[in-house]
Amino acid sequence: MAAAELAPSPPSGTAIARAPREGTTSWPLVDRIGYWLCWTVGIGLCLVALAIVLFMLVKGISYLRIGLLVHSPAPSQIQSQSGGFLDPIEGTLIVALIGTVIAVPVGVAIATWLSEYRRPAGLARAVESAIEITAGAPSVVLALFGLLIFAQGFLGFLSQRAATGAVYGRSFFAAGVVMAGLALPLIVSSPRAGLAQLPNHLREASYALGRTRATTIRRVLLPAIRPDISTGTVLGIGRIIGDTAIIRILLGLTLTTQPVGQVPVLGLLRGTGSTLTSYIYENSPAGEGLSPQKAYAAAFVLLAIVLALNGLVTWTTNRGPRWTR
Amino acid sequence: MPPPVRRIAVDRDPYVAPERPLGNGHATPAVNATRLRATRAPAALVRERMRVESVWLAYGENWVVRDVSLTVRQGEVLAMIGASGSGKTTLLRSLNRLTEITDGAARSGRITLDGTDIHELEVNQLRRHVTMVFQQPNPFPMSIFDNVAYALAERPGRGGRRRRRTPAIERAVSDALHRAGLYDEVAGDLDRSAMRLSGGQQQRLCIARALAAEPEVLLLDEPCSALDPISTATIEELIVSLRESVAIVIVTHNLQQAFRVADHVAFMHLGELVEYGTSEQVFDRPAMQRTRDYISGAFG
Amino acid sequence: MGRTRSWATAKTDQRVERALGALAAAVLVAIAAMLATVLIKAWPSFSHNGLRWFGPGGDVDTQLRAMAESKPLPGRSIYYFRAWPLIWGTLLTTVAAVLIALVISMLAAVFLTEFAPPAVRRVLDPVIRLLAGVPSVIYGLIGILVIAPYIDKHLISDSRRASVGYVVQLNGNNVTTAILILTLMILPIMVAISASALTSVPASWREGSLALGVNRWRTIWRVSLRTARPAIAAATVLATARALGEAVMLAMVAGGRGFAPNLLDGFTALFEPVRPLAATILQNSEGLTIPVLAHTMYAVAAVLLVSAAMLSFGGWYAKQRFQRYGVGA
Repeated sequence: MAAAELAPSPPSGTAIARAPREGTTSWPLVDRIGYWLCWTVGIGLCLVALAIVLFMLVKGISYLRIGLLVHSPAPSQIQSQSGGFLDPIEGTLIVALIGTVIAVPVGVAIATWLSEYRRPAGLARAVESAIEITAGAPSVVLALFGLLIFAQGFLGFLSQRAATGAVYGRSFFAAGVVMAGLALPLIVSSPRAGLAQLPNHLREASYALGRTRATTIRRVLLPAIRPDISTGTVLGIGRIIGDTAIIRILLGLTLTTQPVGQVPVLGLLRGTGSTLTSYIYENSPAGEGLSPQKAYAAAFVLLAIVLALNGLVTWTTNRGPRWTR
Repeated sequence: MPPPVRRIAVDRDPYVAPERPLGNGHATPAVNATRLRATRAPAALVRERMRVESVWLAYGENWVVRDVSLTVRQGEVLAMIGASGSGKTTLLRSLNRLTEITDGAARSGRITLDGTDIHELEVNQLRRHVTMVFQQPNPFPMSIFDNVAYALAERPGRGGRRRRRTPAIERAVSDALHRAGLYDEVAGDLDRSAMRLSGGQQQRLCIARALAAEPEVLLLDEPCSALDPISTATIEELIVSLRESVAIVIVTHNLQQAFRVADHVAFMHLGELVEYGTSEQVFDRPAMQRTRDYISGAFG
Repeated sequence: MGRTRSWATAKTDQRVERALGALAAAVLVAIAAMLATVLIKAWPSFSHNGLRWFGPGGDVDTQLRAMAESKPLPGRSIYYFRAWPLIWGTLLTTVAAVLIALVISMLAAVFLTEFAPPAVRRVLDPVIRLLAGVPSVIYGLIGILVIAPYIDKHLISDSRRASVGYVVQLNGNNVTTAILILTLMILPIMVAISASALTSVPASWREGSLALGVNRWRTIWRVSLRTARPAIAAATVLATARALGEAVMLAMVAGGRGFAPNLLDGFTALFEPVRPLAATILQNSEGLTIPVLAHTMYAVAAVLLVSAAMLSFGGWYAKQRFQRYGVGA
């Protein structure tokens, strides 16, 4: 049974054919039309996608300068004096931070409760439906509601008061809270799916050792779904960064970051400002329209951030223990 | 002291088939299998369908099938036996050119169907004449009727594409279900989802689906390996009953099954055709030592 | 390990459960309060206008301006509002974009999973994922700086402009630009979801179908796509919800006028401006201190919320129906 007994290959001179791809010449006409349609759409999509990416790349690079990243915007009709977009970048980071800080603990807690506890069952179903409605609701509606709440008199400390005593209702804090609501469904869904995929024997082993459910969750389950929590968080951040409607309604329309009052952090939270998204909107013909070049540059920075976030999502989903791979 | 290692005694004597009457309900242990049918089909009904001539098959760099030649005849069942990796499944899949869906497959040699080289036929045409049933039952997520009628709409003159339930199609579906022995069990509701059937029923549905196109050759790739013994027995009876109307090639790693259903046996090892002959020859009087070893269980 | 710490007792377990439950209930209350508030605040607008709120009747912009200036139109109440142009605009843009995107995304997903050479697939995968995450304001930027001028210069002739000039000004910001950019925006996510659903179709079905002599195209159509139907339905619902709620991008490119394109105008209707519901809220967000305007905007928001809820329900129902044969998304 030695390998030498087996003939190594066909005798020379015999034709060896490689497997052909199934040709389409024999298909009925309808199928062939569909096939070519598919190819056309596919290639078309490739071209459009690449065109968009390359266009934004080229325009962004041609208009981006380091100065833009470190200077604050200054209102001016003259291009060269209208400054950069440091403040919008600040604003984006602040809003994302507030939104995440609020949404992640709440989201993970809700995901845990929905997955592990779920009592009473009616409440669980209601919470699920509510979160799904929030996921599908337009962000303008959330912003409207947020404005309504924060314009109430007793919440005046969270923004500013106008001379007439009416509460302005727009501040970083207000925007951050509503952004948390926007990101919540995304932050809930990933850990929930992760917890559902964890095998039961993990939990049973912990209970068998005498640990309570709370300990099990804290010590075993949550660390196991760390990649899912990261994924959900990054997805939520992505959604927050990309939203303009809430910013326009809830963050006021100042170009630069304007804290209110003297207290350091609270003043910033109460203040107004802008983010990259509202900056782009303002600089496009839809807003003031003064400098589309700066809009392109800001868009490039925003895209770079989104790309980095995408990479982060891929990285976090691929590392960490996976129970069902 | 660890207990001594037990060695299983290997019987190296030529295998002798015991004579048992048909219909023995208590299936005996593996060594003694019951011949399902005592007689061979009359020679007049046996006609040659496919001929494999010096076929070599490779995936990438390895030659998986080396210089195999055999014949597939209607009126009899050809069983291909051998250990894992012997190339029998690859050879089976080359008979309906299913090897082509894998990139990097290469071949040499000639396979003909009724005298025509199968590589000159249009591949989908070929696959309607040479159909295949797989190891895992794979009914489509549709109703039973739609499953069996699936390949039917392709044949010209067999009912239109639009009208799903022409009398011609319904007749073809019920014919196929009858031939597969499934009709009585599902006749009540053909619109039931095929996924709700049991494993054995699903496999018979796959056989019915393959038969619906009235193929010349039916290829079976270990059809019973995922089934329980009762379903297996049913399908083996079915196979034997079909051999008059369709040429059947069955790949099996279950020697007893081959013993039960086959008329001709091809034993492959590491890609080579070690022995090819009638089942009496191969099981009772194997010519090669390797065949003898395999049949007696020395390896595999 | 011998010492039991205080938080390891069963009583703590109960407390934790109650705390988490309370948190979930609080979130539920907040969301329910939002729904209730929007509906309550919307009520005056609906009660003053009745069902005719949804109908046509004059220029929306004039009505909104009247509310903003607290000067009611002659012979009408201050609440007078006829939202039909906004609803029509929303319907046109959303339905057209989703239909076009559905067809294109199915073909593109089939191309990606079946016919595309591996190199193309490797490049396109991350690109599509990137495009799915691009903020809508950037799509709006492309629309307003690239597409709109192009359409303005090349596709709208002067005669066309003149033919409707007495009613409305035509420029590059119109319903066609809106549909184009909206389609572009929802395509990546639909392609991504459809493609991943197609790749998770069990290979045994594909092989089985090929082995029966059914060619590759029909195999895809009759087996793979059919199996992927729940996922495609879910993707469509997601995309429609996104299109419905899109305010910023549409405010940038759709034309900003509450105008109802008149299909009787023929091809010219393609170039007439619209302003969908969500964009209307955005553009009037500064006037929310005026009660009447606020009520009207809440009414618009209520319509959007109810539509989103109905979409969710429709998606759930479609999923139930497609799962009849035991294959889920």
